[in-house]
Amino acid sequence: MAVTVLVIARSRNLFGVIVLGGLYSFLMATVLVAMDAVDVAMTEASVGAGISTVLLLGALYLCKSEETRPVQAPWLPLVVSLAVGAVLAYGTLGLPEFSDPKAPIHTHVVPRYLTELKQEVDVPNVVTAVLASYRGYDTLGETTVVFTAGAGVIALLRRRRKDRKP
Amino acid sequence: MRHDVILRVIAKLLIPFILLFALYVQFHGDFGPGGGFQAGVILAAAVIFYGLIYGLADARKLVPEAVVESMMAIGVLIYGGVGVAGLLLGGNYLDYFVLDPNPVHGQHRGIFWVEVGVAVTVSGVMLKIFYMFADRGRVDE
Amino acid sequence: MTLAGTGMTLGGHFTYFITLFLMIAGLFIVIARGNLIKKLVGLSIFQTSVYLLYIAPGKLVGGTAPILSDAFTVYSNPLPHVLILTAIVVGVATLALGLALVVRIREAYGSIEEDEILSLDAAPSRAEQQE
Repeated sequence: MAVTVLVIARSRNLFGVIVLGGLYSFLMATVLVAMDAVDVAMTEASVGAGISTVLLLGALYLCKSEETRPVQAPWLPLVVSLAVGAVLAYGTLGLPEFSDPKAPIHTHVVPRYLTELKQEVDVPNVVTAVLASYRGYDTLGETTVVFTAGAGVIALLRRRRKDRKP
Repeated sequence: MRHDVILRVIAKLLIPFILLFALYVQFHGDFGPGGGFQAGVILAAAVIFYGLIYGLADARKLVPEAVVESMMAIGVLIYGGVGVAGLLLGGNYLDYFVLDPNPVHGQHRGIFWVEVGVAVTVSGVMLKIFYMFADRGRVDE
Repeated sequence: MTLAGTGMTLGGHFTYFITLFLMIAGLFIVIARGNLIKKLVGLSIFQTSVYLLYIAPGKLVGGTAPILSDAFTVYSNPLPHVLILTAIVVGVATLALGLALVVRIREAYGSIEEDEILSLDAAPSRAEQQE
């Protein structure tokens, strides 16, 4: 996965970048399955590798496919991103270890979901139950965001066709 | 790509199974991995696949633009409507317990319709975006 | 292996380091590359690193996917899964919006390189100043 990202960062052929992006998404989906997030992995595989690759290729078709060489060597961005990374790495020292059952994430809210779900909702897939029932508002807002993004794309891309008609 | 026999035949073979898989993911989401989002995306992917192989015009004939646009709105309305239904039956907004005499069944019903709403919106938006991009290319040429 | 003085094991923080690497790479692509499509690819790499940041702490070794069954007692944390599930779909919707903007920019300027667009923007205003 890291290699794929490095090649994406270096390559200037945008077509190659996009195909590698699809590959990267599949690798990420595999990692997510290993992390027990089957729902998320399924979404990542279909959305990341499927739809966004198609969209990127579609956009690429409308633009040119070669990236021009940057004028100066990218030292400043490299330093900035490494500095941000160093600060974040310092931050991770305070975080709980991988797979620590006593970490805060495992001790709040979730035990309630896992124990009382059976009586309250009785849907075996906890992710579905939490998504649609316990956090219905989140999902409603999020569906609205998707709708709004769709409306935005329509607003951006439709105007030209109207201009042409008269 | 429109005249490649292999692609056309394979697409014809695959698309029914993709659609079936989308429905499975949608309605089996309570028991296994899956749900509205994934089903919506897979549904859209099936039609996009069709559009890529057979051309945009045929995909438009299969799923007309007006249908796609109304799908986007109808999904959100179904979701909101479930909330309002809960409200009318005496619960809070997005309260599923009141949808059925048995609260657990009410939950099932609420989750079912919410997932349907999500799937309809997501597939509508994805398809619409694909149509917009693909159509753009054709207009420009 | 223990880091001196912190009592933390490197193995225990391995997922954080992977996340950080992806995050830095994404950030670098977004800042350093002038091409707008490349920037969006970088943005989505950054985004996937955030998915990993959320999902990784939820994993319990020996746990299984959060689908209730009598056969298992330990489950990985489902809450991050829910949050990231929605984040992915929102992510692709915003990606589409960004691409639509890129296409419009390409039509207006004839280029998707950031510096070319900036110089095109600067050119007319400089002409006005000289007048």
